[in-house]
Amino acid sequence: MNDDLRELYQEVILDHSRHPRHFGALAGATHSGQGYNPLCGDRVAVYLAVDGGRIADIKFEGKGCAISQASASLMTDMLVGRTIAEAEKLMGGFLHLVKGEDAADLQGDDRERLNVMAGVSAFPMRVKCATLAWHTMKSALEGGAAAKTE
Amino acid sequence: MMAQLKQVRPTVFEPPRADFEILSRAIYGKPLVYLDSAASAQKPRQVVDAMNAFAANDYANVHRGVHYLSAAATQAYEAARGTMQRFLNAAQADEIVFTKGGTEAINLVAYSWLAPRIRAGDEIVLTVMEHHSNIVPWHFLRERQGAVLCWVDVRDDGSLDADALDAAIGAKTKLVAVAHMSNVLGTVTPLKDIVARAHAKGVPVLADGCQGAVHATVDVRGLDVDFYALTGHKLYGPTGIGALYAKRAHLEAMRPFNGGGEMIREVTRDFVTYADPPARFEAGTPPIIESVGLAAALDYVSSFDRNAVKAHEAALYSHAREAVREFDWLRVIGDAAGKGAILSFESAGMHAHDVATVLDREGVAVRAGHHCAQPLMERYGVASTIRASFALYNTREEVDALIEGLHKARKILTR
Repeated sequence: MNDDLRELYQEVILDHSRHPRHFGALAGATHSGQGYNPLCGDRVAVYLAVDGGRIADIKFEGKGCAISQASASLMTDMLVGRTIAEAEKLMGGFLHLVKGEDAADLQGDDRERLNVMAGVSAFPMRVKCATLAWHTMKSALEGGAAAKTE
Repeated sequence: MMAQLKQVRPTVFEPPRADFEILSRAIYGKPLVYLDSAASAQKPRQVVDAMNAFAANDYANVHRGVHYLSAAATQAYEAARGTMQRFLNAAQADEIVFTKGGTEAINLVAYSWLAPRIRAGDEIVLTVMEHHSNIVPWHFLRERQGAVLCWVDVRDDGSLDADALDAAIGAKTKLVAVAHMSNVLGTVTPLKDIVARAHAKGVPVLADGCQGAVHATVDVRGLDVDFYALTGHKLYGPTGIGALYAKRAHLEAMRPFNGGGEMIREVTRDFVTYADPPARFEAGTPPIIESVGLAAALDYVSSFDRNAVKAHEAALYSHAREAVREFDWLRVIGDAAGKGAILSFESAGMHAHDVATVLDREGVAVRAGHHCAQPLMERYGVASTIRASFALYNTREEVDALIEGLHKARKILTR
């Protein structure tokens, strides 16, 4: 098998896409966001319960390719329990990582867990699939308009 | 001298691979298998060479200077119009308007012909398998002028029921807008029949021929169609040029589209008068080099026995269609009789983009997405499909590479 493909579709990714964590709606969400990629039809909705500046609970719903859904699932796993400031730092680091840029701001355990998404950087046409959920999260936290990647 | 008997032996069509330099390149170290010609076809050297030679030796602006090159360029540009006229069997060359592409051709009809003729409540009949370029211009008229879009469904196999379309044409219908061939399903519509029935009710018909003109001989006079839109780049020609065929009487009655140079007769401070068609609709410097390339492409396509090409493409499609029958995880969308060589499908448990990514790494280029046909995707309850489209240069071995790639995608994505 092609090494780039093996890296992109590694088991962790396929597992997240088939068995997404924190999947579903969230009653009592304080923040929510809708993301849509009009080019391929990927959709993601994220729901957050923020309490005292901390993400107390998080859920997502979505439909799309393995990369977009795995990325959303992984994101919810990574962000729950964090402060908004920590979440924003992690989001910045993730975007650097999947674009193949210097992701020095991602350290230790975070870096290790997100590394499964690093293979996306070898597939420029797929980067937007990986970033959709994260952009949606950002706009949910900012209370802004629906996120779009295209 | 003895009269020679015409040979009746079946033509064996040999794909002219050598004409297409790009087909010999490698993608990720694998031979390119280009199955995305319905999005845009590759260009033969005959087209590339004609454009290069013209740009290098004969280029100037058209319809302007009196100098030698301007005259030569004008002659080439108008000769291309003549080539398109013969390609479509139009009665006159001045029934051909050059446009930026198929999209602009349809927008031209919407703006210059239909918009001044439509009132709130008037209807436009179209099918659910139209490309967005044959939907959105009509949505403009719905938004701006209160036109009503009347959608005609397709049968589950993707075929179009001419009776259903006929039934949708009523007293308020101002236009029927229909694809000659679907870019997703491959369905070829019974255009002649549709035109006859619409005309029986006094309603003109616009055909989107962007796919149809590639895969069959088009005879606009035989079809009696009012408007026929097509694009160059799917016909092995350059991007940036397409054409609208319209009956002369319609063109005469149409208001100008873009305003600017070339499309006027006289401009003063107080008034402006317009040139006759087709110049009226070709404001600004037109795609001159592209017109030379388009003419070369039409000559190229016409240099083959087009029935033999059609049979070749149909054989590739059948081979692919038969091969995917064994995949119980794959659903083909579009199985109409007599359809063109486009295979669209969705796969259970695998998203189109993931499959296309795996295929890409095998050198196999397919299209994954909604194919600018979202109402059709909705009709079949899918977000996106994978589409493999076959052209005159494709081979049976390339179909096998697609099938092999699908096996591989299954292995990687569902392990």
